[in-house]
Parts: sequence; structure tokens; C-alpha cells
Amino acid sequence: MPLISDPNLIAGIEHCDDAGVYKLRDDLAIIQTLDFFTPIVDDPYTFGQVAAANSLSDVYAMGGKPLTAMNIICFPINKMEISILREVLLGGLDKMREAGVLLVGGHSVEDDELKYGLSVTGTIHPDRVLLNRGARAGDALVLTKPLGTGIINTALKGNMAGDDLVAKSIQCMAQLNKKAADLMTGYSNVHACTDVTGFGLLGHASEMIEGADVGIVIHSSSVPIFHEIQKFVKMGIMPGGLNRNRKFRMDMIEVDPDCPEWIVDVLFDPQTSGGLLISMPPKEAEELVGKMNDEGIKDAAIIGEVVPETKGKILIK
Amino acid sequence: MSAKVDARGLSCPQPVLMTLNEIKTGKTSEVEILVDTETSKENVSRAATSQGWKVTDVSEEGDEHKITIKRK
Repeated sequence: MPLISDPNLIAGIEHCDDAGVYKLRDDLAIIQTLDFFTPIVDDPYTFGQVAAANSLSDVYAMGGKPLTAMNIICFPINKMEISILREVLLGGLDKMREAGVLLVGGHSVEDDELKYGLSVTGTIHPDRVLLNRGARAGDALVLTKPLGTGIINTALKGNMAGDDLVAKSIQCMAQLNKKAADLMTGYSNVHACTDVTGFGLLGHASEMIEGADVGIVIHSSSVPIFHEIQKFVKMGIMPGGLNRNRKFRMDMIEVDPDCPEWIVDVLFDPQTSGGLLISMPPKEAEELVGKMNDEGIKDAAIIGEVVPETKGKILIK
Repeated sequence: MSAKVDARGLSCPQPVLMTLNEIKTGKTSEVEILVDTETSKENVSRAATSQGWKVTDVSEEGDEHKITIKRK
């Protein structure tokens, strides 16, 4: 696609940022994003919550404040009970309320398959926009949610995931990144941020350093994951997206021989409504993780660092 | 005689589950699995290995992959 350049455009389509950002005034920019997908859980209300949390996350990942949202819904009106539609929308609405976001409209179309999400509008100061690139050598990397929801969703399709694990995974996906973002934006020296979604941790980490003169080291044992998924990965219970993510990015990845193979797969697992991946100086990162842990974001952890060596590469230890 | 599993047109985790089910029957020591995605090929091979089986052959024709696995 032809790229658009405009003096007021802060983030467009060029670098796969989480949302578009356009400067309105010297002290105000608008953030716009749209995201919707097919159900990943059976319960319609929960699906609505997860889809809304996922859509809102793009604004949080830019460091912004979401203000208003519109529903986008595709619904098979001839095949599905209308009450399902109501439940999905109610789940979404409750998440918007929790986020302090106003639902101001929406659009629905008839489709063969249910799909739901939001178009979200937010604001930010133009000088405080957090892009997915900009990580600096010496930074620590913080991840705020555990990995593995894609693998758990696949195991769920095969009736292999236990109820406890599914419940934990759903809670994780429905969790807003609001609190994490509020705590993060309390620091003025965050250099880059994105949310971990379809490309997996390594896919989104790759975007952070693509073309940059820094590399990344990931300490695999420090990465928060749902530990129950190890057995699924070893059995080949993995989503198709995981394999595609690995193929697409493997040339940027080096794996330490001591690192177990299954963990690399987990690092490529496509996430739904995943956590924030934040690059900032180590002292502040440690403090931020402490605050997050205190405030109930218990899985937040420092998972690696940005290094001047191995430019454009990610080393997994 | 080897058993055959046709998992073409199916998405994850179905090809893996069908392979594991065939292995679990215990009736055969060789299974041929047909799949039509790269992901299914990888995952089925992984599943077989996890059960102590060995992938002895993978042949490709167009988008189709035939994986042959044997009990060790």
C-alpha cells in the first residue's frame, strides 16, 4: 500500500503500530484503532468482554487514554439466537464501563460467523506517544501478562484443557491493560511499548528492534507463562498461528542450546488480549514491576533486556 | 498393515487428536497420516514423538503431506 505522510501523522500504517495517532494541537493527539475477531470462548458474554479488552488494549499500548468506542458486530441472524448477540454486546459494554469508555455507536452486518470488536478513539499528548519501536540499549523489557492463551484455546477446542486452566486463561484475556498502562505512563522514560497479540511475544519483540541498531536478550525462565501448557506443546497441541509466527521470524531468533525447545514455541504463541511489552531503563522497570505486582498485576515481570550487540536479533537464553 | 488417518481439511488440534487416538488403540505399529497444512505436519510429528513413536517418512505432494510414523 502507498504510505501516507503528513506533518501531523505521528503513527500510521508504516511500522505496524498498535493504533493510528494524529496530532490535532501541540498538546493533543487523537488515537484510533479497530479490532474484531471470531469467538475464542463459548460463553457469549465472556467473548464480548475479551473482544472489548483486546480492542481497548491498542490505545493503552500507545500510552493513551481511550474515551469513546463503537461496536462492530457480524452476526448470523438466521442461525443464532438473538439473545447471544445481546450477551456479547453486554460483555463488551461492561468492559467499556470498567475502562471508563463511552459506547457511542456501532454497526452490525449479517454474516455466516459471529465476529465482534470495537473501534476505539482515545487521546494522548503528542510528546508522550509510545511507539512499538524506540527500545534503547540498556533497557529492561517488562511483560505484564502470562503467555499461553493461544495454546490453551487450541487445547480447549480439543476438550483437553481443564476447567481451572480455561478459567485462568479467560480471566487473563478479559483483564484490561488499563492499570498496567496507568502505572507505566507514570514514568517519563518509557522508550517503547506494544501489546502482545497475534504475532506472539517474539513477533512483537521483533517489531521493536526491526531495522534498529540494538538486539534483545530474552531470559526464557523469567517469562510469565501458564505452566500447564508445557504438556500441550510437547504433544503438538498448538494453534496454526504459532507455526506461522515462528516461520516468519525465526531468522531473527537465536536460541541458546540450553534453552528447552518447547519454551520457544510458547514465546511464539499468538495471544488474544495479551499483556503490554514495555522497554524502559532497568531501575525504573524494576520499580514499575514492583508496583504492578502490588496492584494485582501479579504476573508482571522483567523478561529480558535490550543490548547493543546482536543488532536486529533476539537471543533466547 | 499400517493404519491410515486422513486429517486433510481439518484444523488444529484435530489432526493431532486423530493421530493420538490411532496411537492409543494399540492395534498397529505404523500409521500414515495425511494432512494439508505445514502446521499440521509439524504438530502431528511432535505428537508422535511425544508418544515415543518415530517419524520415518514425510512426503509432500502439492499442499498435501503424508507422514509415516512407527512405534519404536
